[in-house]
Amino acid sequence: MAIGVKVMKRPTQQTSYLRATLKGMALTFSHLLRPKVTMQYPEEKSSKDWTLSSRWRGTHRMLTDEQGRAKCVACGLCPQICPANCIKLVPGEDEQGNRYPLIYEIDEFRCIFCGYCQEVCPEEAIHVGVHYENSEYSRDRFVYDLERLTAQTHPVSTLWDPSDPKGE
Amino acid sequence: MKFFIIASAIKVFVVFNVIMVGVALLTLLERRVCAWMQDRLGPNRVGPQGILQPAADGLKNFLKEETSPAMADKTLFTLAPIVSFVPALLTFGVIPFAAPLPTKWGLVPMVVADLPVGFLYILAISSLGVYGIVLAGWSSNNKYALLGGLRASAQMISYEIALGMSTVAVLLLAGNVTLAQVIAQQQQSAWFIVPLTLGFVIFFVSALAETNRLPFDLPEAEGELIAGYHTEYSSMKFSMFYIAEYSNMVTASALMATLFFGGWDIPFTTWDQTDPSVLKTVITLIVFGLKTFVFLFAYIWIRWTLPRFRYDQLMALGWKVLLPLALLYITVLATAIWFLRVQLGWEYGTGMAWALGGLNLILLIALVWWLDRGRIVSGIGEEAA
Repeated sequence: MAIGVKVMKRPTQQTSYLRATLKGMALTFSHLLRPKVTMQYPEEKSSKDWTLSSRWRGTHRMLTDEQGRAKCVACGLCPQICPANCIKLVPGEDEQGNRYPLIYEIDEFRCIFCGYCQEVCPEEAIHVGVHYENSEYSRDRFVYDLERLTAQTHPVSTLWDPSDPKGE
Repeated sequence: MKFFIIASAIKVFVVFNVIMVGVALLTLLERRVCAWMQDRLGPNRVGPQGILQPAADGLKNFLKEETSPAMADKTLFTLAPIVSFVPALLTFGVIPFAAPLPTKWGLVPMVVADLPVGFLYILAISSLGVYGIVLAGWSSNNKYALLGGLRASAQMISYEIALGMSTVAVLLLAGNVTLAQVIAQQQQSAWFIVPLTLGFVIFFVSALAETNRLPFDLPEAEGELIAGYHTEYSSMKFSMFYIAEYSNMVTASALMATLFFGGWDIPFTTWDQTDPSVLKTVITLIVFGLKTFVFLFAYIWIRWTLPRFRYDQLMALGWKVLLPLALLYITVLATAIWFLRVQLGWEYGTGMAWALGGLNLILLIALVWWLDRGRIVSGIGEEAA
């Protein structure tokens, strides 16, 4: 048997209603005094039983180098692989011939949070983040530009590693 | 006379407000106890421990849109919540809730109206409540509401009979329908729960059905009737039905405390019966409140434990079990009381209470054995491997 199936012990005869009722009443009363499972959300965001997974794929974050510039070299792999076509990239080149993004925008409404952009990025620049509180007052605030992506501070996702499928 | 009018007006005002606040807190208690039984916390945001949640709910209900279905009978549609609400509050008027309060103008009985026909008044008024529900179901011009109203009328009328019959036992023993006298009888010796245990069981079950509470809330039965008779209601009109349901619960609980658990009597002491004083009034009021609370909690506890009855099961229980049982009980009890009073010349006292208590115990065991198909509270026999 692959999964554990709980087999209930069924009585062979008809059962006593009164006993069953009293047992039910005792059960609900015992639950009245047990510790509660509710997490008081805005004050308490994780508990010892429940935290956000480190593999969680949330809104993006662009990592920066020591000079505070985005690590992105505008290679164009992320807009290429993006299945939702939500990344807009216009490459530029400086005097030394280094490529950098002139425009880098992610439409978080189009994004399906597959994490391919992070997987494909050769410079480990763009990442999906372990983050879920994204509310805004207007729709256009959901197109994150380069400045906003680099300003994010939440932890980045570790994604799923095929060589370590259980994350050990 | 002037004193009587002023005292009555003050009592009406205070009792009305206490019941309204009590009902509000009861809705909160219901939600929190429900949550606790389901390992949740329940509403705890508005005020300390959610104590202001009912106020927020009330405010919300006042501000919500008042909808009125196009094809509804406008007059009856508006009248129904009132007809449901008013009797629910009126019934509390005759229940004594504390020892008499001495003032410098005289002794004030702690009951809104000390009617000589007290108990009959309760039966008369509480059965009016069904009109509100039926009118609501009819006037909404909605099939679910109508079915809910229909069920309510059948259910409440059926259980009204068993309820009335079970209380005949109390009247036989007390020899009086004035609730103050019923309490006075119980203060002298044992509470009526001892000589009338089975009567209490019938009363309790019927009262659950009378107040349309789970497991007998067929008129609402959200799984099949959306919300039953109040499907079309919104805003304060809906709130009125809600308040009516909870004040019916309060009245039924207070009635159980009064008829079977000695009302405001403090057990194992006669200190509360003599020399009225303000302190005694306050303490007996608290005792009465506690007794009522126990039954209110039982209502909530049962609601969040037991599943809803099927409609035919409900009717079968009412007509085939509770009604014959109540009739049989009255017959047996009347014979026993006649035997003890007339043949042996006993008066109501501890001896008589325990003699009748023994009789009740035998009847109760027989009943449970019969209802439970040959078992008492015993197990379930052999279990399948």
